[in-house]
Amino acid sequence: MSEENIMYRIESSPQIRHADSTARIMWSVVLALLPAGIWSVVNFGPYVLAVIAVSVITAVVLEYLLARLMGRSTIQDGSAVLTGLLIAYNMPPGVGLFIPIIASAFAIAVVKWSFGGLGANWINPALAGRVFVFFSWTGAMTTWKAPRFWSAVDTTSGATVLSTVKTSLLDAEGIISGPAGLLGDLGYQSTAFARQAASWFSDTLNIGVSPIHIDLFIGTVPGSLGEVSALLLILGGIYLAAKHIITWHTPISYILSFSLLIWIFGGVQYGTGLFSGDVLFHLFSGGMMLGALFMATDMVTSPTTYAGMIIFGIFTGFLTFLFRIYGSLPEGVSLAIIIMNIFVPMIDRYIQPRRFGVVKQRSQA
Amino acid sequence: MRNISTFSKGGVHPADRKELTCTKEIVRLPTPKHIIIPFSQHLGVPANPIVKKGDIVAAGDKIGEAAGFISADIHTPAAGTVSEIKEIFLPNGMYTKAAVIAVDETGSLELTEKRDWKTMDPHQIVAEVKDLGIVGMGGATFPANVKFSVPKGKKAEYVVINGVECEPYLTSDHRIMLEKGLEVLEGALIIAKMVGAPKVYIGIENNKKDAMEHLESLITAHHLPIEIQPLRLKYPQGDEKQLLKAVIGKEVPSGALPIDIGAVVSNVGTAQALYQAIVYRKPLIERVVTVTGDAIRDPGNFLVTIGTPIQDLIDACGGFREQPEKMVAGGPMMGFAFYDLQTPVMKGTSGVLALTSKESRKEVTTACISCGRCVAACPMGLQPTRLYKNISVGNYTESLGLGLLDCKECGCCAYVCPAKLPLVQGMRLGKNMSRKMKK
Ligand code: SF4
Ligand code: SF4
Repeated sequence: MSEENIMYRIESSPQIRHADSTARIMWSVVLALLPAGIWSVVNFGPYVLAVIAVSVITAVVLEYLLARLMGRSTIQDGSAVLTGLLIAYNMPPGVGLFIPIIASAFAIAVVKWSFGGLGANWINPALAGRVFVFFSWTGAMTTWKAPRFWSAVDTTSGATVLSTVKTSLLDAEGIISGPAGLLGDLGYQSTAFARQAASWFSDTLNIGVSPIHIDLFIGTVPGSLGEVSALLLILGGIYLAAKHIITWHTPISYILSFSLLIWIFGGVQYGTGLFSGDVLFHLFSGGMMLGALFMATDMVTSPTTYAGMIIFGIFTGFLTFLFRIYGSLPEGVSLAIIIMNIFVPMIDRYIQPRRFGVVKQRSQA
Repeated sequence: MRNISTFSKGGVHPADRKELTCTKEIVRLPTPKHIIIPFSQHLGVPANPIVKKGDIVAAGDKIGEAAGFISADIHTPAAGTVSEIKEIFLPNGMYTKAAVIAVDETGSLELTEKRDWKTMDPHQIVAEVKDLGIVGMGGATFPANVKFSVPKGKKAEYVVINGVECEPYLTSDHRIMLEKGLEVLEGALIIAKMVGAPKVYIGIENNKKDAMEHLESLITAHHLPIEIQPLRLKYPQGDEKQLLKAVIGKEVPSGALPIDIGAVVSNVGTAQALYQAIVYRKPLIERVVTVTGDAIRDPGNFLVTIGTPIQDLIDACGGFREQPEKMVAGGPMMGFAFYDLQTPVMKGTSGVLALTSKESRKEVTTACISCGRCVAACPMGLQPTRLYKNISVGNYTESLGLGLLDCKECGCCAYVCPAKLPLVQGMRLGKNMSRKMKK
């Protein structure tokens, strides 16, 4: 055997690999998020580009520096870009730029790298970053810019639909026909398009949706810059599912458990009794779609088995419902996911696949 | 034909790439001037050489003798002179003795008159299987006589012939079924006779409809007591345990053997070799090899004398179309990468792959992102990510508790892993270290 024979790569089996890589997964998620980002520029103006840019750049620069410190190179895996992007998407459109910078820095340096980088963190870095700045700069994090196609009740206070409902509900008396009715009573103006679409739905299809549902679905409402358009986020989610990047288990169980609870109990506060909750309103408002499709599905911080993912989804749905309906804050998605992130190691310990040829499940507690 | 079925847990669907060779008829490759016969071509203890440099051997002579219970005899396929006994590396990393034989044209292998196996005694058949050096030809190369000796207290109810050929790229079994169908079927019946099993099934994946139809017509024409089980495409259906789950619906318990659920499994190549062995007293001295991959100019299937250097097979295909990135002995999922083209074809060499850098990309590994894809893919219901993490920190006892020894290195986990972690390598390391710990 001569020396020049050694020219073929030697590797342990398998000799072929599936095309998906960590980087491909991360970049696919970034791609799936892009339409919602473009919409936010249209909706809230070019300033959001600056928010996105500083979030992403902060995340990437810190990722680079910290990885170098550990003697590694991880920029190309795309995870830092994704974290930065998700942080931007969770910011109010007019936020001061120092806030996303701090959120990104916290996410990458504290949440991700203090545990050892990609794969080692317990909770989703983007969510942790958001929650961190939310509690530190609550005022700035709850000042909303009115979207372009929207005529608000009161453009100056700039509340989100969810927070308007939450605060108004405290003073409301008697029976109100759900959140849409409440907003109507407050003189909330839907966009002309939403009103037309809603009447088309009721006239042609005989489906009763109110214009606010349409606004929420399309994203012509105030809110965090990347979360407002349920439609575009759902399209992104479908893209990821079609490419087998995410599976249905987490988002669908999350959405179903949340919807079911809203349907059963969501109407109680409005005096309409059980089984009268406005499911569509809650599904399309706030960070629900961004959370269910892009945050809860974060692989690092969700269970590894399908059964575990379903349990994770159900409980996240339950917590989101709890925080939204009974909590003091209008939103519940971020906190619910973060709390469930902490339970993931426990879920993974108790929910293990049944081994082939082993009849009794042995738990490795 | 029975209803289509498959195994339930895990599995993957790599691109099967069988279109490269599945229509290529088996071509006989002439025996080269020099052949290299390793003494370890089977699972278990290497055979003891019983020839030395300068010995003159006749075709079919035994040159290595089984050493121990799990071992197999080695024969020379051709007449000639032993020019050297040297040590060589095999693709699986073993360093073993091999006889180099300078082949001369004198005397080809003498076969006996066609014998009627139906009149033979089962014990005599087992003894001949051992004598003729038959081993499993699907890749695992387990000595066939050991496999077909039913231990005391156990009873064989089914023989399941593995016509799955679930490894991508390979089509040698497919071609054998098409071209030597009757020999495969009779081989299956010989196995049934050896082990005393009343039922014979042959499981075939539905990417080989032509083979299914061909065998079905032979079964009908010859009134053979064999049933075909069509299987839905999924890797690793050709593994004993997955095959039995798919065909007879039973799970081999963890740590047990197929015979514990009354089954004996053999692949079609083995059944055919066994037929020739018993009917003509022909030792295992040649086999069908698929030579393929995008780097091969003209891929094909060849009937090759054991000991033929792989270089000869590549030459028979018109050489390389482009420089291969990787050479593989066996299938892409469980085969071994090798670098020396003088490596000989052995009893277990079902295929030779010359893969381009596109087919086998050099991957960047990242940290595990807990995606769970390995867990979903593992046909044994293991959690490769957890096993791997435990093994990486030397936690072997924990990994044994998680079922490490059930891992059969099928490669599903590493195939799907987006972090491109060497999971199978990790499992092997874990098993070796746990074995050492026991000692
Ligand atoms: S190689 Fe082992 S751990 Fe990996 S999928 Fe196969 S059996 Fe499971
Ligand atoms: S497939 Fe790879 S990255 Fe995913 S959980 Fe398994 S080991 Fe981790």
